[in-house]
Amino acid sequence: MKMDVRPPVLAAERLTVKVGHRDVVRALDFTLQPGDTLVILGRNGAGKTTLLHTLAGLRAAAAGTVLLSGQPYAAWPRGHEACLRGLLAQSQPDFFSATVLETALVGRHPYLGRWDWEGPEDEAIALTALASMGLDSFAERQVPTLSGGERQRLAIATLLVQRPRLYLLDEPLAHLDLHHEVAVLDHFRTLASAGAGVAMVLHDINLTARYASHVLLLDGAGGHIFGTVAEVLTAERLSAAFGHPLRAVADGTATLFVPA
Amino acid sequence: MADGHTAARHQPVSMRHMRLRARLVIAGLMTAALVAFAWSLSAGAMPVSWHDLLAALGSGESSMEADIVRQLRLPRAIAAFACGGLLALAGALMQVLLRNPLADPYVLGISGGAAVGALGTILAGATAGWIDTGAFIGALGATLLVFGLAHGDGSWTQTRLLLTGVIVAAGCGAAVALMLSLAPEGRVKGMLFWLMGDASSATRPWPALALLGIGLLAALPFARELNLLARGEITARALGIQVGRLRMLVYGLGALLTAVAVTTVGSVGFVGLIVPHLVRLAIGNDQRLLLPAATLAGGVLLCAADTAARTVVAPIQLPVGVLTALIGVPVFLFLLARHPR
Repeated sequence: MKMDVRPPVLAAERLTVKVGHRDVVRALDFTLQPGDTLVILGRNGAGKTTLLHTLAGLRAAAAGTVLLSGQPYAAWPRGHEACLRGLLAQSQPDFFSATVLETALVGRHPYLGRWDWEGPEDEAIALTALASMGLDSFAERQVPTLSGGERQRLAIATLLVQRPRLYLLDEPLAHLDLHHEVAVLDHFRTLASAGAGVAMVLHDINLTARYASHVLLLDGAGGHIFGTVAEVLTAERLSAAFGHPLRAVADGTATLFVPA
Repeated sequence: MADGHTAARHQPVSMRHMRLRARLVIAGLMTAALVAFAWSLSAGAMPVSWHDLLAALGSGESSMEADIVRQLRLPRAIAAFACGGLLALAGALMQVLLRNPLADPYVLGISGGAAVGALGTILAGATAGWIDTGAFIGALGATLLVFGLAHGDGSWTQTRLLLTGVIVAAGCGAAVALMLSLAPEGRVKGMLFWLMGDASSATRPWPALALLGIGLLAALPFARELNLLARGEITARALGIQVGRLRMLVYGLGALLTAVAVTTVGSVGFVGLIVPHLVRLAIGNDQRLLLPAATLAGGVLLCAADTAARTVVAPIQLPVGVLTALIGVPVFLFLLARHPR
């Protein structure tokens, strides 16, 4: 593990993101090293998705720079960025039918040439990813027959097939039951400990406390707090950011945050 | 497709099966195309036996049968096949572009514009060649108008494009109705035939056939990207696709294919809507297979429909668009009832 010589997975330098005339973040600086898990917290409409899309290079920043593996997105050869970072977008409706396996294979797109077809290796990668999300027996099912939670796991499996170095996850736990919430976060923790970087939008403060190494808390007006879990997750700061009083409850092994 | 590899320890799943099936379907469609051509060339007021048909096509010698086959039926069969393929290909592209399975080549006002152009030239008393020119200019005009209006501020949402197209098409419909009511009696029938779609006047089918080949070859390199586009813009962009460029290509190509088809045979309905659907049901939605299969199926359907249109109630010739609509409406309703989503 020569982590020290590799560039950070993701870095933001004086990054300002706007939606219309409203600031999402002003002058954000942070670095995501291999092994780090960043959770972005903030109230509805604070701009978490917009920020995540900016970090994914899909949206221009108002000012500042996003560095993917040490370089701005524009400096990577076109299409290569998709081998380095993957995005789990919020679920979108499907208008056309496809099988689960076909859908998962979409994640191999960045690795295939214009005329290539997915081969047995690609299928093996896709089946492994499906198995890791408990979908291996679903490979031939049509996507519209899946439940919401199953579709979400399929979207995650598709992202895993992409095998990027940086995982950007927009509400990865949407539609998932408790067991799969923990299983998905455990899986990304394993990937992070193997050298990936993970940045995700979550709404669950207690899961954030359990899985994050760093937290970015947006106040909804352009202000932000970035730091380690211990630095950012305090009842006072969370209450201010969410506009609702929260209380920290210690149960001996962990501190839980509950609405007051 | 890496068929050289044996499927290792992994159970071969649906993908290989799907592709095999798709290739069988495409081979079947090629056979169907040959049969449709043979039927189209042999059937008519003067039936030509298959033996004479081969003789007429194979040798340059002149006989009445050979002249009918080579100068009347062959251009018409090629025109019908080419335009059916153009419309089906354009329909498949539009359905991906708009992420809407109900989209067809005409949804963005292209046929409306062509109709305004064609009927305008008929109303002005122009000859057949000018009608084609008018239709083509009208189609391109409507395309640019919709594109300009929907894309004016740089944003591009499917809904906005679709609504703009629907409104422009409605405007063209009003203009068409106005011209029909103003037209002198003698020209109305020609106008109606044009509107319903009619291959009888298609004497120069080669541009349509050439464009069919070029269009398919231009679309196929982007077929896997289209698969991703069908899943949504953010997903496609996150996987490295230049969505803006791809949409321009699909829109421009779809519009050009449609414009040439309506210029050649008028606005034949339902081929561009039904054929991609039928093919999707048979082989799935992988554009790499769907685009060529839909192109072939559209060609076969229109070639066969046109032959039926000029033979079922001979000597009266029906406009082929009436037949495709008569076939298309029940088929579509059946599909809709089978897939209640």
